[in-house]
Amino acid sequence: MSPFVELLAEHYQAEHPGVAIDVQGLGSSAGIRAALDGVSELGMSSRPLTAEEADQLTQMVMARDALAIIVHPTNPVTGLTTEQVRALFAGSITSWAELGGPARPVVLVSREAGSGTHSAFEELVMQGTQITSSALRQGSNGAIRQIVADNPDAIGYISLGVVDDTVRPVAIDGVTPTIAEVQSGSYRIMRPFLIVWHRDHELSPPATAFLEYIHSPAGQAELIRSGLVPGEAAP
Amino acid sequence: MRERVIRWVLLLMALGVLVTLGLIAFFIFQSGAGLIVRVGLGDFLGGTVWAPTADPPQFGILPMIIGSIWLTAGALVIGVPLGIAVAVFQVELAPAWLSAILRPTIQLLAGIPSVIYGFIGLTLLAPLVRSTLGGPGLSILTGAIVLGVMILPSVIAVSEDALRAVPASIRDGAYALGATHWQMISGVLLPTARSGIVAGVILGMGRALGETMAVIMMVGNALTLPLSPLESATTLTSNIALELAYASGAHREALFATGVVLFCMIMLLNAVATMLVRQRAFSRRTTS
Repeated sequence: MSPFVELLAEHYQAEHPGVAIDVQGLGSSAGIRAALDGVSELGMSSRPLTAEEADQLTQMVMARDALAIIVHPTNPVTGLTTEQVRALFAGSITSWAELGGPARPVVLVSREAGSGTHSAFEELVMQGTQITSSALRQGSNGAIRQIVADNPDAIGYISLGVVDDTVRPVAIDGVTPTIAEVQSGSYRIMRPFLIVWHRDHELSPPATAFLEYIHSPAGQAELIRSGLVPGEAAP
Repeated sequence: MRERVIRWVLLLMALGVLVTLGLIAFFIFQSGAGLIVRVGLGDFLGGTVWAPTADPPQFGILPMIIGSIWLTAGALVIGVPLGIAVAVFQVELAPAWLSAILRPTIQLLAGIPSVIYGFIGLTLLAPLVRSTLGGPGLSILTGAIVLGVMILPSVIAVSEDALRAVPASIRDGAYALGATHWQMISGVLLPTARSGIVAGVILGMGRALGETMAVIMMVGNALTLPLSPLESATTLTSNIALELAYASGAHREALFATGVVLFCMIMLLNAVATMLVRQRAFSRRTTS
């Protein structure tokens, strides 16, 4: 989630000269650790807190990152289970016939290693299984959408915010990805972007102001533009 | 005095080119060589799995080396015969008015940005390949066809120069021996201009090997070892460009290490080209 927070921090610092926000993306556990130990005032985490962590930390959902699994609008397959998506991207389901579609080979479209969307997909769907090497790789959500829109046999994953009507998102485990389903938590290919801080520490005025900016219409609009689903204001 | 100043300025400029090249080489090697040592040269060049963010990560670039070879070879198969044919046509057969149209058209071909070539490949050629030949469409074949067109201007321009440089006396000699126009072209003109044509081909090869943007758009970038031209592939250059944005740590080093390999390949290619051209030129001088 650090690219998104960096983006917000850049905008905020441009509007508030004199405020310095240092953003370091070292992984969720490191972010939580830093907030627990008081190394940084705010921590970032793209995974839910454990019960123990939640005892000591206050958390705020900055935004939610939901991935839509998209296919061509003419694809007869309208719903898949998480296991089926995993099997598809692992390369063990290779024909749409195995899923009730036409007897045509599946064309997988993935992101490049290192991108946030790729790591979210690996974490939420693949869960340790390797994505097959025969999957096509594209450098952006838009490029994946373009390929899926052009190819009746293709399936890919993109941020929910970038889905448009050139492609069709499939229901996962019976839930169609919509902003409401993501916010209620019933659509599962989603991860929260949390900002956490220690319960015992009073937030400094600049930190409070930055959190307010994140939840202001301007800050949320910035996140929505990046393809995220809006979060909730601080408790 | 003025002459001496100019001489020094020119010398400095020439040295500047050398220094720049040296710095580029130093920077790439410094950023990437460490990883090659850690992974082992054999495992880096010969490994078939590229999983830079897995745990533990795997850095095998063989699929990309093979992908680069496929694409470069494919581009040459399509671009070289066509390019040489156009060059011969321009020099020997084209009426002046047609030549006057063709020449700027070919030059224009070189001026089209590679992203436009990539876009044409992606939106026109890829669906055509998919619907007629099968596969994902974004494939080595699609990339090679477009790359073949992209290298045409260099192949044509250098070959044309080489053909024009063939002395009139050699042509006249062929005609005097009773050769037809075509016999003169195939038996005398092309062999005589061979070294220049080879230089043009190598120039095109370098262009094909180095092309990045258009390739990313057209070949699908899958990480398999490609076995057929209808499959998707990743090249050395396109993988660097695709992954560099979010790469950090060892992943980033591995991309620079890929750059080291690419750098060595291009150096080798240039060395071979220079040697070929020199050898031919030398043997021609000694035999004539």
